[in-house]
Order: sequence, then structure tokens, then C-alpha cells
Amino acid sequence: MYDIVVIGAGVIGAMIARGLSKYDLSVCILDMESDVAMGATRANSAIIHAGYDAKEGSLKARLNVRGSEIMPQVAKELGVRYINNGSIVIGFNDDDAKEIKNLYQRGISNGVRNLSILNKDELRKLEPNISKTAICALYAPTGAIICPYELTVAAVGNAMDNGSDLKLNFKVERIERCEDVYEISSAKETVKAKYVINAAGLYSDEIAKMVGDTSFNIHPRKGEYLLLDKECGGLVSHTIFRTPTEMGKGILISPTVDGNLLLGPTSVDLEDKSDVSTTFEGVGKIISEAKADVENIPFNKVITSFSGLRATGDTGDFIINLFKGSFINVAGIESPGLTAAPAIAEYVVELLGKTEINLKKKAKFNPHRKPTRFFKELSIDEKNIIIRQNSKYGKIICRCEGVSEGEILDSIHTNPKATNVDAVKRRTRSGMGRCQGGFCSSHILDILARELSMPVEDITKSGGVSNIIIGKTKGGEQL
Amino acid sequence: MTKKLTCIICPIGCNIELEYTNDTITNIKGNSCKRGEQYAISECTNPVRTITTSVFVDAGNVLPVKTDKPVPKEMIFDCMKVINAKTVSLPIEIGSVIIEDIKGTGANLVSTKNMR
Amino acid sequence: MKSIDLVIIGGGPAGMSAAISAYKSGTRDILVLERDASLGGILQQCIHNGFGLHKFEEELTGPEYSWKYEKQILEFKIPYKLNTMVTEVTKDKIITAVNEQDGIFQIKAKAIILAMGCRERPKGALNISGTRPAGIYSAGTAQKYVNIKGYMPGKSVVILGSGDIGLIMARRMTLEGADVKAVCELMPYSSGLARNIEQCLSDFNIPLKLSHTVVEIHGKQRLTGVTIAKVEENRIPILETKEYISCDTLLLSVGLIPENELTKFAGIELDNITGGAVVDQSRETSVDGIFACGNALHVHDLVDYVSEEAEIAGKSAVEYINNVEIRDINIDIKTDGKISYTVPQKITSIKETDIYFRVSGVYKNIKINLKDSESCIISRIKQKVVPAEMETIRLTVDDIRKIKGKTITLELED
Repeated sequence: MYDIVVIGAGVIGAMIARGLSKYDLSVCILDMESDVAMGATRANSAIIHAGYDAKEGSLKARLNVRGSEIMPQVAKELGVRYINNGSIVIGFNDDDAKEIKNLYQRGISNGVRNLSILNKDELRKLEPNISKTAICALYAPTGAIICPYELTVAAVGNAMDNGSDLKLNFKVERIERCEDVYEISSAKETVKAKYVINAAGLYSDEIAKMVGDTSFNIHPRKGEYLLLDKECGGLVSHTIFRTPTEMGKGILISPTVDGNLLLGPTSVDLEDKSDVSTTFEGVGKIISEAKADVENIPFNKVITSFSGLRATGDTGDFIINLFKGSFINVAGIESPGLTAAPAIAEYVVELLGKTEINLKKKAKFNPHRKPTRFFKELSIDEKNIIIRQNSKYGKIICRCEGVSEGEILDSIHTNPKATNVDAVKRRTRSGMGRCQGGFCSSHILDILARELSMPVEDITKSGGVSNIIIGKTKGGEQL
Repeated sequence: MTKKLTCIICPIGCNIELEYTNDTITNIKGNSCKRGEQYAISECTNPVRTITTSVFVDAGNVLPVKTDKPVPKEMIFDCMKVINAKTVSLPIEIGSVIIEDIKGTGANLVSTKNMR
Repeated sequence: MKSIDLVIIGGGPAGMSAAISAYKSGTRDILVLERDASLGGILQQCIHNGFGLHKFEEELTGPEYSWKYEKQILEFKIPYKLNTMVTEVTKDKIITAVNEQDGIFQIKAKAIILAMGCRERPKGALNISGTRPAGIYSAGTAQKYVNIKGYMPGKSVVILGSGDIGLIMARRMTLEGADVKAVCELMPYSSGLARNIEQCLSDFNIPLKLSHTVVEIHGKQRLTGVTIAKVEENRIPILETKEYISCDTLLLSVGLIPENELTKFAGIELDNITGGAVVDQSRETSVDGIFACGNALHVHDLVDYVSEEAEIAGKSAVEYINNVEIRDINIDIKTDGKISYTVPQKITSIKETDIYFRVSGVYKNIKINLKDSESCIISRIKQKVVPAEMETIRLTVDDIRKIKGKTITLELED
């Protein structure tokens, strides 16, 4: 029996669990997928928003600004990359200029620091590749970029190092309440807990209904992205937004922490919570909007396109509340969800303070996690010391991203452990480079099979039935 | 009557045209060499193909192999059945015979690689 | 830091041929660095026939062709390191590499030959709409699984791209028991050899759908099917012709890209069209003493020509090391729109030179002209030229001496 179960191992559930692992409580994180960070966390803009966008007085605004303030410290503790590159909202006409002034005021009111409005020349000086027709901009130097799944893996790992459990492939089918204990069941297993945090993303409304809370609904809002080669990453150094209109926020153009250039997202409301397909129209929209904002984008350098689904609630704000004194909803966490994540974790602890739970801080909480990229940051001599101790760090498996077998083995054996090809990719970046897995995928397959003592045909791309190989050749029997 | 075919003997892939009456070939044109002429004739009478494939190695991987002569086209899958049932042990030298006279075709299956 | 006269990056057919040619030209202090577990490069997985007809007048499989060179490497005891990844090359010819035994090490070379080969264009670059399930492979990756590992990627297959790799895999998968349902080709003609269409598709009644492409991918975790459609002349899909094919495997044979990250970061000038280095007839790049050959320089159709080109690079590297390079002229070779590229792009020495080139479309009954600013130096008539087949034109010493000015242009005339 656990004190707390957190349903959902996306960035929100991960940060909440990490926050809870500071206390003398037993925590279990559940996720229906084969790895953490497979929902919206897997495919979003990777931006730490400054906080001028959210409506004044909203939970979004408050948690955005707080999250933006504490994220650098969190990133440092968890050993993940965080680049304070700044955000710029560009305007092309008088309406835009007016809205930019509104955003400026709103930002000040929300507590965003160091905002300023730029004129055409100042804008061009900061970003020479911005469209020549842009006439003004809002400059938010506190904007930043991060890798959302690197953050999530590190947060879950840190939570586990501090005693939390993680159960993947656990799809919650029903929740029963027996006296003051929740019985949370998948098709195969039941977990008991006194308190439940519902951070189940797209499915958080369905989870809430299982305990009788029908107060909100979540529908998916698809966002498609294009990712360009690292040689394009320097086209802009800030995250470039366009002025929001009634049509929506429009796309952004941003470098990523890995040095790629990210374009997107689109915004299309859907009904199917599992539809993460990319569309012809989506790609077209991204290209036409991006062209208008930044000049000389080399679209022939696209290395991949992908899409994610935002969990859009029907209340207009984050849905974070305490239900029946023991069940906390953390739902409708769309933008600025990633930014707000560490602040949401604080807020959840605040809400727990209103319950009967005993929040005693652990004597030995270790906030630090060894950086995933520790090997990459070492000097040649330091690397050679490690290679002499463990030669696997000298065997390069992913040529494009320079990932060694040692790092791949770490991803398979360090909490939260990778059990399929995409999970290894998420942790090490192998397969994310120029050749998109052409060279390394067969090696990763073999390494996983060997380390997990599984036959090669049982290794999957991302869990379920996404097997890579169907069997050995020459098997009339296997076909 | 005419028949057109693409020669597969070398990468040029000449477009060969065969003229024949009843069962007798009267003219062959379009080939750049004698081998092409021979291919055209055999393609009409008894089409043959070299099989290049792999064979299981008891160490767990596969060894590349080929038939040292082309085999009748209609027997390709029968030959594959025999090849697929075989497992070899290392070491194997390039050119060594893995299966003799596959399915009575007169062709041997030989290794195309050294493996130890 | 260790010093070595000649370091060759890549132990495939280009690297091996260059090493042997350098050895035969007198250099002994050679080191070949290869990232794979054995020499041979891509030939190891090309277990089909068709190699060596030009060079050895024998029809060989990839591994057999490779052995012709591996044997010489062993006989001559040319040093090589396997499982070694080169991570950096600088203009000063310092190479950084890493392997399990030596860790990260650096070498100062007198001359370097870049022979890294090429990679396949990945699916991400195609932006095909739909989902991202397992079951989608580049044809070369599938070939590696089947021919090196003995793993079967799937059992019902659609192939996009009718280049030779796609055609060869159509046959290979069929022989191993898969059902290859169609090969789709975006262009109205196949870029593969006619013999491969015959022996890989016609032999097995696999339909070749020209002017078709894949417009959508289906399947949540594993591929369940693809939607294909006919395309118009401008390669835009005609949505009314959409057709669903159920399959669990999609192989992509959609182009090869010379592997030049090392070249780029060394600050060596690259040709935008070939994707490889700009070189002169000695295959020397814009950095003295750094040479390039094989698929890293430009994508070849036949390995026989890779070997020949690598021999030039090997010999030239030795001339450089021994300080006997002759660089007595400086001519740039330009092309018209009908010719995609030439290799070499420059002539820097008055000696017989073969210019290799590719055309940008299918042209029949044309004249190939090599002109300087004043006159036509060479003119050849050809019945048919296609993008899939590299052509050559030979400049004799007399031809080169005739050239007036610093530029010659290679063009096609109707």
C-alpha cells in the first residue's frame, strides 16, 4: 500500500512525484505506456515561457511565472540542459503592435521580469534573419528552452532514487474506494493508495470519472512540428513567436537544446485521443507561417516531422483541485504546462497540506541526479579514464550523435530503465541524428535483446506490438 | 513472332529481340555480346537464374552463399527450401561447397565469404 | 600524438583500394580506420551478384568482390583498425578517433583519404503523413538485418523507390518468404538497372508502379498499411487515385547521401549537388593533402568505378607525401542545367583526365560538348543518357593544352 499514487509519468506527474519524494511518504508512479514521457511531453515546443501570455490572475499565469523562476535550479539539480535564450514576439502591423503592448502589460502584471518592446532596428539587431516586414517585437529575456523528456526522465529517475516506485504498462481501468483506501487496477494488477494524484494528461477526465468527479472534460488538440537539421539551428538564437490573433497563437520558430531548429505547432481540435498522425495540411501550414516570420529557412533540411496532442480542458485554465479530500486533479495542463511543471509540483504539495496527510520532510533527500549527458561534457582525458575502466564507452554506436555503447547501457540500467528502442533514443539521442537510426538501430536492437535477455523478435520500437523484427529469416514457420 | 526481353547477364541490360517461327528461333538482335545471345536462347527454352542468398550459421548469424551455376527458374523456391533447412558450422572458407548438387540441378551452393 | 604518413578513413571498397594503391606506389606507413567489425563496408551486406564485371571480368557478389581487396590488405600487411570511429578531422590533418582498446586518440597525418561512403535518405526527410509505427525501414537497414543478422523485418512489404537497392530488396525479401506487394516509384522511370527490374520484379510478378508515391502511413504501433497515389508531372499526388495496400513493412529506397560530416567540420569545400568534396583530377580536396574517393565523394553506380577512383586517390596521396605533386594549371569545370555535376570539378595538372558526370534527366540522341570560352574542345554523340548511369568523357593532354581561359563547360546539345 502506498501513501500516494501518481497516475501519469509525463513531465507533470514526474515533477510531482519528485516533489513528493522529498517527504517521508511512499509514492508510486503509474503510466499506461511502455516508457515515461510518451504523452504530450514527448511532442511539444520545449519552451520555458516567460509568462506574458497567460490571462492575469489565472492559475496558468501564476504557475507559469513561478515555474520559469525555479526551472534553472531544477534543471541544475537534475543535471539536464536549460538554455536561457530569450523569447521574442514579432509584430507586422498596427494591430500586432497594439497586442504586443497588451502582452507587455499583462507580463508586468503577471510578474515577468525584464520585458521590453523593441522597434524594427533593435529587433533586426537581435535577430538578423527575422522577416524584413516585422516592425516591432516584445522581448522577454527570461524565456528559455529545455528538453521535456530529458527533464521527465531525470525527474522520474530522481524520484526513484529517493524511493518512489514506477510501474509502466499500467493502464488504469478502474478505481475503487474501500474505506479510506483507493484500489487502482489495471487489467492485471491492483495498487492501493491513500491519496491519488491524477496527472493522466489526455485521459485525466476519464480517471476523474472513475472516482465520481465529472466536473471537467478533456479533448485532444493536435500540434504538428517540423524539425530541421542542426546546421540550421543558428538561424535564430531566440524563440520567435508571432503575435497571437483570434485564430490562435500561431507557430513558433526556435532552436532546441540539441541545436536543431524546431517549427510548429499547428492547432487542430480532435476527438480521437490516440491520433498522433502528421498531415499534409499541417506540414503546409507550418511552412507557410514559418516563411512569413523568418527568412531563408532551408526547408530541404527537414529531418523529421511529428505531432503531439495537448490535453485541452473545458475550463480555460489549469484544472488543479482537491476532490473529496484525497484525490487531486492535475488536468488540462496544456501550454504553459511544461514551464509550470515544477510550480505545479509545489502547488500539489500545498493542496496536500489541506488533507490529513502527514507531510514530514525526509532526512535524506538527494535532489541531485547525475546528468544524462555527463560523458559528453568530459574532456578527452577524463573520457579516457572512464573508457579504461569500462571500454564500452569507447565503442560508438550512434555515429550521428556520437553515442557510445556505455551510454546506451546506462540508459537500460539506470532508473527509469529503457526497455525499448524509442526509450533508449529518448535518453541517449541515438537515432535522432541525421541518419535517423540508419546505422545504429540494428546495434541497439541487439544490445537491448542481450541486456534484457529477450529474443530479438520481442524487442519493440515503443512497447505494445511495435516489434521491430518478426523473427529469423528462413522461417517458413515464423511467417 | 517476336519476343522482347531484357538481358540480365551484365549491368548493361540490353533489350534483346528474338524472332521465332513455331519452336525455332530465326533471329536474335539487340545483344552487345555472345553471352546475351546465349541468355536469350536459354530464356526461351529453359530460363535459369543464379541464386544469391544466405544460410544459417550455428553461431547464430548467417553466411552469404550463391549457386555456382544458374538453376532452372521454376526450381528457385524448391532450392530455397533446401538451403533454408541447412545450418553450417564455422570456420568456412570462401568458395567452399555448402550443399552439393542442389535438387539435382548440377549446381552447388558455395560460400561467398570467409567466416570464422 | 602519433604521426602516420597516410590515414584512410573507411575500410570499404574505396578505402581498401586506396590503401592498396598507396602501398603499390611505395608508401608503407598507412593506417585504415574502419568503424565496423570487419573490412568491406557496404559490400558485406550486398550478397547479390553484379560486382566486378568491369574490373575483374567476373560476376561477383559483394563479399567476393570485397575479398579481392581484403586479401591484398592482409597479404601486404597494411595496418588497419576495426570498430574505430573517427570523430574529427582538422585542416591540419589531425584525426581524432575512438575505440574500446585505445580509447580516444589522435593522429597527425601527412595525408588523409576520406572514404566514408554514404548513408540513406531517412524517412523523416520525406514528411509522409500519418503515424510513426514500427515496420518502416530504409532498404539498406532492412538489407543489413536480413543479410548480416538473419532477422526478418516483416512479411508483407511495400517498397518506395525503384533504385537498385529497392529492387534488390524486393527479390531478397521474396526469396526469404515475404510477400512483396508493390514497388512504387515517384518518377515516370525507374532509376534502377533494367536487369534488376527483370530479375527482381518481373521474375516474381512484383508490380512496379511508376509515377506513384506513398501518401499516408497507417498503424498505431506496427505498420498496418500504406496509401499510395499516382503523381502528376510536378510530382504532386493525385488524390483521386489513392489506393490502400495492407502491409506490415515499408522499405524506403529514396536516395543516398554522401557521408561528409567529417569533411564539413574540417572546413573542406563541398559541392552542393554531389554532397561530397570539390576535388581535382587527383581527387585532392580544397585542403592540400586531404583526398576523397568513393561514395563519400559522389554516389557511384558500380563499385568497379569506386575502386578505380580510389586508386587515383591512393596514388595521388603518395605523390603528395613524397612532394612530387604537379600542379601546373587551374581550370574549373562548369556544367549546364542538363548535367547535374562532374567529378572532378577542377583540373590542376596537365595529364590525361577522365571527367565523370551525371545528367539531370533522360535525354536521347544528344551531343556532349566540352567547351572553353572560345571553342568546343570535345564533342561526343550519345544515343541515350539517364540520371541513373554515370557517364565519362576523356580529356587528353592535347585537349587540356588547347583550353583557353580558366573555365570549361560541359553541356548537352540536342
